Amino acid sequence: MPLKLLKFGLSGKYAEPRMFRTPEKMRDTYDLVIIGAGGHGLAAAYHLAKDYGMTNIAVLDKGYIGGGNTGRNTAIVRSNYLTPEGVEFYKESVRLFSQLSTELDLNLFYTERGHFTLAHSDASLRTMRWRAEVNKHLDVNSEVIGPREISKLCPYMDLSCGGHAPVVGALWHPPGSIIRHDAVAWGYAREACRRGVEIFQKTAVTGIDIVDGQVTGVQTSRGPIKARRVLSAVAGYTPRITKMVGIRTPIVIQPLQACVTEPLKPWLDQIVVSASLHIYVSQSSRGELVMGASLDPYELHSERSTLDFVEGLVDHLLDLFPFLGNVKVNRQWAGMSDMTPDYSPIMGTTPIKGFYLDTGWGTWGFKATAVCGTTMAYTVAQDDDHHLIRPFNLSRFGDYTLVGEKGAASVGH
Amino acid sequence: MKIMTCPINGPRPVQEFVYGGEYRPMPDEPAASDAQWADYIFNRSGEPGLSREWWYHAPSGTWFIAERDNVKDVVLKTYLFDRANPPRAGKGATP
Ligand SMILES: Cc1cc2nc3c(=O)[nH]c(=O)nc-3n(C[C@H](O)[C@H](O)[C@H](O)COP(=O)(O)OP(=O)(O)OC[C@H]3O[C@@H](n4cnc5c(N)ncnc54)[C@H](O)[C@@H]3O)c2cc1C
Repeated sequence: MPLKLLKFGLSGKYAEPRMFRTPEKMRDTYDLVIIGAGGHGLAAAYHLAKDYGMTNIAVLDKGYIGGGNTGRNTAIVRSNYLTPEGVEFYKESVRLFSQLSTELDLNLFYTERGHFTLAHSDASLRTMRWRAEVNKHLDVNSEVIGPREISKLCPYMDLSCGGHAPVVGALWHPPGSIIRHDAVAWGYAREACRRGVEIFQKTAVTGIDIVDGQVTGVQTSRGPIKARRVLSAVAGYTPRITKMVGIRTPIVIQPLQACVTEPLKPWLDQIVVSASLHIYVSQSSRGELVMGASLDPYELHSERSTLDFVEGLVDHLLDLFPFLGNVKVNRQWAGMSDMTPDYSPIMGTTPIKGFYLDTGWGTWGFKATAVCGTTMAYTVAQDDDHHLIRPFNLSRFGDYTLVGEKGAASVGH
Repeated sequence: MKIMTCPINGPRPVQEFVYGGEYRPMPDEPAASDAQWADYIFNRSGEPGLSREWWYHAPSGTWFIAERDNVKDVVLKTYLFDRANPPRAGKGATP
């Protein structure tokens, strides 16, 4: 046993500095309350402290840091979307993510793997050409490749797919990456704390006070707080929060599930997605295959897992990789996805003064964590929507100006 | 939820059914403003609770209403839509 560990055991005091402080008491008043200590809430707190010198901030979470969808996703980061609004936005996020380990002084295991979106029909190949052209136009590295090139990059894939719906091509996006999702939340939390932000876990917001259309504070499970600005970044809990302030939104909640297999020797470099087969898979640095499928087919406020999901997923997985037949699934879980009708987020100012939304992240919001941090910080600090998020304001549903993002994951189109 | 009761065909595996979204009464066509239409088209009462919603039994082509607890995923009852006596909109206890 190392001496250090023995000393720690005897002294009863943590030998290593803790990553985040837990302040003893909540203050009566903060300049800003952030609801939700997921990646989005924490990234906004960090950038407000760092870029705008705003440190009198409380981040509240009813559970624990990163315990929501931030710790449940399959950690895919990419920018090969379809709409120009989407591509610009996610491109900036990929740029920020690629530098984030340095920024947060924490190894986030960011690895560029390359990302395939497989086409099994001429129709989907056509959409991919469209995506590739939009991407190239906006300086995002994407191209359509044929079966021979796919085989060269990923020799273990059975392109015939067992005879039905063979792979006819793919959208190939070399910058597609994976990153350690918990560490993203921890890194932002630590750096926000260092700058004076206070994080309170196991503290639920139960009400929001509004006087004359202006936010004045929040009610929490640990008592009231006065604050003239509130940012809601609660993903699958958004309808409960918007109900507190009387705002109507299109958001509905549907579970998205994922699972991992037992660890295997490294054989899969890339991230492989097939919308027709409803699967996506990548191999983690521990060797597990991390897999997901499509959204559960109806609204549900629950993080339960189902056997149906695993059965459907592996059925299709074996079409692509028949040799995985004897591999065991080790764990499965689910998260509550906050879905919007145009597969785009709802971000920025709202009809209530001082109340800001960062939601509508559905199945695609982890990759936006970094850019949400910078743009929501700007929006809250200036009380004005950052230009990158203007297309995503809630008002688009009143003006009939939806975004129509069909490049999102795990949604049928 | 594994089994759902179709008002015409009785209990059937849930795989035979398609979710049709929350029941929402349509605004009055000539009178409704653009804002009311936008609200009807896009917005939903997405919060947890008892919800009255459209479901479709695909093999028999039957649309009907289900009252479902969307937290516990339990269907409380199913019945055919009755224009003369429509379900209540929004979330809440059974009328
Ligand atoms: C299975 C799965 C796979 C996914 N895969 C990907 C992927 O590969 N790539 C990608 O880009 N995206 C993916 N996503 C989507 C992504 O995970 C989410 O969009 C993103 O993590 C949302 O982050 P967030 O910080 O907004 O929310 P969350 O991380 O969910 O944080 C919200 C927090 O708010 C807290 N909260 C809620 N209500 C209250 C309250 N009343 N008071 C206080 N606190 C409250 C919760 O406890 C929670 O911690 C996936 C999602 C799932 C479920």
